[in-house]
Amino acid sequence: MDTDAVRVANLRKTYGDTPVVDDVSFTIARGETFALLGPNGAGKSTTVEILEGYRRRSGGSVSVLGADPGTAGLAWKARIGIVLQSAGQGGLYTVREQLRQFAAYYPRPRDVEEVIAAVGLQAQANTRIAKLSGGQQRRVDVALGIIGRPELLFLDEPTTGFDPQARREFWQLIRGLQEEGTTILLTTHYLDEAAQLADRVAVITRGRLRAIGPVAGFGGEQARTPRVTWREGGVLREARTARPWEFTAALAERLGGEPEALEIRRPALEEIYLEMVDEHDGAAAQDAADDDAPQAPATEGAGR
Amino acid sequence: MSVLALGAHRAAYEVRGYFRAGDTLFFTFLFPVFMLALFSTIFQEEGGIAGGPGVPELSAAELYLPAMLAAGLLLSGFQNLAVDIAMERSDGTLKRLGGTPLSPVSYFAGKIAQVLTTGILQAFILIVVAALVFDVALPSDADSWITFTWVFFLGIIASALMGIAVSALPRSGRSATAVVVPIALVLQFVSGVYIFFWQLPDWLQYVASAFPLVWMARGMRAAFLPAEYATLEPGDGWELGWVAMALGIWLLVGLILSRATFRWIRRDA
Repeated sequence: MDTDAVRVANLRKTYGDTPVVDDVSFTIARGETFALLGPNGAGKSTTVEILEGYRRRSGGSVSVLGADPGTAGLAWKARIGIVLQSAGQGGLYTVREQLRQFAAYYPRPRDVEEVIAAVGLQAQANTRIAKLSGGQQRRVDVALGIIGRPELLFLDEPTTGFDPQARREFWQLIRGLQEEGTTILLTTHYLDEAAQLADRVAVITRGRLRAIGPVAGFGGEQARTPRVTWREGGVLREARTARPWEFTAALAERLGGEPEALEIRRPALEEIYLEMVDEHDGAAAQDAADDDAPQAPATEGAGR
Repeated sequence: MSVLALGAHRAAYEVRGYFRAGDTLFFTFLFPVFMLALFSTIFQEEGGIAGGPGVPELSAAELYLPAMLAAGLLLSGFQNLAVDIAMERSDGTLKRLGGTPLSPVSYFAGKIAQVLTTGILQAFILIVVAALVFDVALPSDADSWITFTWVFFLGIIASALMGIAVSALPRSGRSATAVVVPIALVLQFVSGVYIFFWQLPDWLQYVASAFPLVWMARGMRAAFLPAEYATLEPGDGWELGWVAMALGIWLLVGLILSRATFRWIRRDA
């Protein structure tokens, strides 16, 4: 049996002359959770929709569970689960009715009541979907995505609009699926979500894959170089150095005491990501950058 | 589940949804009943009305029952599905279904079954209301009911297939009603539903005859009106063979168009 659930090589998608996805290649192993990160309009959703069979590719090759999504049939669709970005259809039906309806489409569906419990909607099982809150409707979307017991689950920005508590509960649900061996392709704006759930992460900006790798060690040595910041003469200064202790000791000696507002940090995924986006994407990065985008600090010429 | 069993499963779900959507329930399901009641009440005082020169007088309810049955075929099939499917395309329902192993055949079996169920119920209510509330004498011969039956089934299926084909036209769910309802309304005015067909100018009769509603209305008149009324029709007769052929052709056209145009999503490139 094929060990890769997804194989993408040199994928291209153009509208007219404009490339939206440009020479993207990656593979996802069976059982792996893979996160695709990138600002709005970077080509994440286009890539995912090509893998789901919704869009046609302009070039390159794609294999999803051993088949080409452009031509795969209904038996193939029974093996995947899709949670689309948009939410809120089927409003006339109750949660239980909607899940029973969809369960019938699949050859070996999960138990409807189990799924309702897994997404935490027992109390709303007999409520019409239109009357649920946005977050609850999103959980219905997830429930519909997993009702068919998919081998491969696509999650397109699944927790947008969730409160922190709901997101943590959602992560718990995803971990349960991971333990069952479900392969997951996740796109998200939330870097902590990727860090929490994904085995590997890829960053896509302007249609091109900029980096790919495990969450631990993501971005390579360079990007993970520790960052030392301190205040000197009223100005915030920053240095990047592979030897932060040595650097700080030397700094303390030079300043003749404890440096003011001293911090030593290894860049988290979020910082690495934002740097990457800034570098390749300029203004477009503003969409994705949350409130704690890195400031441009005065930089000491150290840590080369 | 087999494709057909899933179609039945979809049908139950569709019918349930149909009766939960309050607005469509009025504008497609109860509207002809409402119009029949309205016409019958407005013209009640005047006693009998002759539908045209040289034919026996009838009550307004008797004249309008076949017309409203034909309108019901158009509303339950064409208007209902054209709006419904356009909405489902725009709100993402179809996209979601397209990502599941549901066969489009099951989906359409469910839609057609929903149309048949609601259409039969609607015709039944129309006939019962006409007979019990407005004292319409129903035909007592088998031939009339046989005519009614085949006109009903040919008409509603042709109408439903046209609805599926037209559902591809509106660019958004919001514009669906705006695109579909005027088409249905104009068809009703030029096809002898609200205005007697013989009163229309000849050229308009010819134009209208290109569309299926004319033939549904004519078939229903053949089933419910006295034989003398056949003299008001173009060609001085009911010409049921033409009715069957026109509806049969429209059914085929609808089948071909809906097969050719239907997509789960608007596909790019």
